[in-house]
Amino acid sequence: MLKIDNLHAGVEGNEILNGINLEVKAGEVHAIMGPNGSGKSTLAAVIAGKEEFEVTEGTVVLNGEDLEESAPEERAHKGIFLSFQYPVEIPGVTVTNFMKTAINESRKAKGLEDMPANQMLKLIREKSELLDINRKFLSRSLNEGFSGGEKKRNEIFQMAMLEPKLAILDETDSGLDIDALRIVANGVNKLKSKDNAVIIITHYQRLLEYIVPDYVHVLHEGKIVKSGSKELAFELEEKGYDWIKNEAVV
Amino acid sequence: MAFESNVDIDHPVHDVRVEAMKNFEMKGFPNKKLEAWKYTSLNSLQKVDFSIFPKEVNALEYKDVKKYFLHEMDTYKIVFVDGIYSSFLSETTHDGVDICLMSSALTKPMYKPVIDVYFNKVASNDESLTTLNTAFSREGAYIYIPKNKMPKKPVEIVHFATGNEASLMLQPRNLIVVEENAELQIIERHQSLTSNEVLTNCVTEIYAATNAIVDYYKVQNDTASSSLIDNTYINQKNKSVVKVHTFAFGGKLTRNNLNFYQNGEYIDSTMKGVTILGEKQHVDHHTLVHHIEPNCESHQDYKGIYGENSTGVFNGKIIVDKVAQKTNAFQQNNNILISDKATINTKPQLEIFADDVKCSHGCTIGQLDEEALFYLQSRGIPKKEARALLMYAFANNVLESVRIPELKTRINKLIAKKLGVSLGFDL
Repeated sequence: MLKIDNLHAGVEGNEILNGINLEVKAGEVHAIMGPNGSGKSTLAAVIAGKEEFEVTEGTVVLNGEDLEESAPEERAHKGIFLSFQYPVEIPGVTVTNFMKTAINESRKAKGLEDMPANQMLKLIREKSELLDINRKFLSRSLNEGFSGGEKKRNEIFQMAMLEPKLAILDETDSGLDIDALRIVANGVNKLKSKDNAVIIITHYQRLLEYIVPDYVHVLHEGKIVKSGSKELAFELEEKGYDWIKNEAVV
Repeated sequence: MAFESNVDIDHPVHDVRVEAMKNFEMKGFPNKKLEAWKYTSLNSLQKVDFSIFPKEVNALEYKDVKKYFLHEMDTYKIVFVDGIYSSFLSETTHDGVDICLMSSALTKPMYKPVIDVYFNKVASNDESLTTLNTAFSREGAYIYIPKNKMPKKPVEIVHFATGNEASLMLQPRNLIVVEENAELQIIERHQSLTSNEVLTNCVTEIYAATNAIVDYYKVQNDTASSSLIDNTYINQKNKSVVKVHTFAFGGKLTRNNLNFYQNGEYIDSTMKGVTILGEKQHVDHHTLVHHIEPNCESHQDYKGIYGENSTGVFNGKIIVDKVAQKTNAFQQNNNILISDKATINTKPQLEIFADDVKCSHGCTIGQLDEEALFYLQSRGIPKKEARALLMYAFANNVLESVRIPELKTRINKLIAKKLGVSLGFDL
C-alpha cells in the first residue's frame, strides 16, 4: 500500500528525515517509535503532504502512485488520513458541518454528487456511536474548547467518517486518560480491516497494548535504526532509547 | 438652504443650521494633516462636482430592489431614493411608536418637544462633516420609541441612489430616541444602483434612556463608485445597552465615525465589525467611547480581511474620565492580509484618567494560520475552500451577537460570497 524509499526531507535546508525506508501492506499495523526530535511527526506530516517540508530525495508511493506532486487534499482523496497531535480549533464551524464539507469535497474530487442529507446523518450517527460520542458534541464548534481527550476522540471520529486506506495516528495517545485511550483504541480496532493499514506514531508503548502492531520501527536522527515485532516495543519501554542510540552509533 | 423649504425661519433648527454652516465654512473638509484623517484622503472626492439636490424624483419598483431589503422577514421600512422619501417603498407607523420621517418631525408641532430636546445635541459641532450635514440635510429617519415600548419588528433604513445625476451627494440625517425600558432594532443600508458617483455624508443621533436596548446594524456593501462617511453619535443613560454592528463589505471609500457617550452608570456599549475588502476599496473605522460615569462597560471587536489593493484603518479611542471608576473597556482589532498589496493601519488610543479601571486592547495583523490550513486540507478540503472556511471562522464570533436570525443568515451568506466560495453546508 505505502512504500517509502530513501526519503530525505527537511525545513529550510535542515535535514530532518535522513533516508527513510518503509513498506506498509494492506491489513498491517506499524508502530513508529523514537525519542523526541527523532523525526516521527515530520515523517507523518511529509506523508500527508505538508508543504512546509521539502522532500530533497526519495519517494513516497501510495498504491503504485508517486505522491510527490500531490497536495494534502489530493492525498486525502487518495485515502491518506493524519490524526493530528494538536488538532486545530475552528470556531463557528460545527463538527457536523465540517464533516459534511470534508466528505462532499472528497466526493466531488471523485466526480460524485454530494452525499444525500439522510445518508450523511445516518453515517454520522453510526460513527459517533462507535466512538461513544454524544449528539451535543457534534453541534459544537470544531475542537473549540474541547479537552485533550475530546480532541483526540474527534480525530478518530473523523477518521471513521472518511474511511481512509492509510491512517497515521500522530501521538494520538498523548493527553489521554486510560478510559479515553481505551475508547480511541477500540474505535481504531473496529475500523481496521484487511484492506486498510495504520501507522501509529508514539513515544510510549502504552497505546500498543490496545492496538497491537505487526511491526515496530525505531526512528533515530531521521532514520529507522531498528525494526522488529511488537516485542521490540516492550523492550524499549523497559530499557529506554539509549541502547538503540548506542547501537546505531556502533 | 436645506431646511428652508420645510422649516419656517423662526424654528430653532433654522438657527442650528446657520450656525452649522458657519462652522463648516470655517473648517472646510478635513484633510490628511489632521491626525484623525491621516490615512483617509477625501481629495479625490472633493474634485467631483456633486449635485446636492437631484432635479427629479426617480421611482423604483419594489421587485427591482427587493434583494436589498431583509425580505425574509417583516420589517418597517424608511426608504429614500436619491435622498427623497419613497412612500411607495416604505412602511412607516405611528402605532404606539413613531417610525417616520425627519422632515415631518421637523415641521409638525407635535414633535417639537422631542426635536427641541434631542436634535443636534449629541452630534458634534466641531466635526466639519457633521456640520455640513446639519447645514444641508433635508431628510432622514425619525424614530421615537416611548417608555416601555418595542416596535413589533425591526426597522430598515435604506437609501438608494439611482444614478439620475452624474454625481450625487446625499446628506441623510437620522434621529432616534429610545425612551426608558424601550427597545429597538435597526438595519441601515446605503445602496447605489448604477456606476455613477455617489457620496453620502450621513449623521445619526441615537439617544438611549435608562434601561433602553438598541441594536443597530450597518450593512455596507455598496458599489465601487460609492463613498460613505457615516457619523453616528450615541448618548446613553443608566443601564442602557447599545450595540452597533458594522459590516463593511464594499464601497469605494467608507469612513465610519462611531461615537459613544456614556452619560450614566452601568451602561453597556458594544461595537462590532466585520470588514472584508478587495479591489482598491478603503474603509476607515474610527471609534470613540467616552466613559463619563463610573461602573460602565464597553466592548469593541473588529475583524478585517483585506485582499487585493484594499486598505483599512482602525482607530479606537477610549477616554475614561477621572470619576469613571470601575470602568471595563475592551478593545480588539484583528486583521488578516490575504494580498501583499493590501494594507491596514490599526491604532488604539487610550486616555485614562481614573485609577480603578480595567482596560485591555489588542491588535493583530497576520496571514492565515498555515497549520490550520494544512489541517483542513488533510481532511480533503481544497486549499481555496480551506482558506475561505478559516476566514469565515475568523470573522464568525463577531456574528454571535447579531440578534436577528434572518440578518445573521444573510450576513453569513454575504461573507461566504465575499470570500468567493460556496461552502459545503448551509450557513
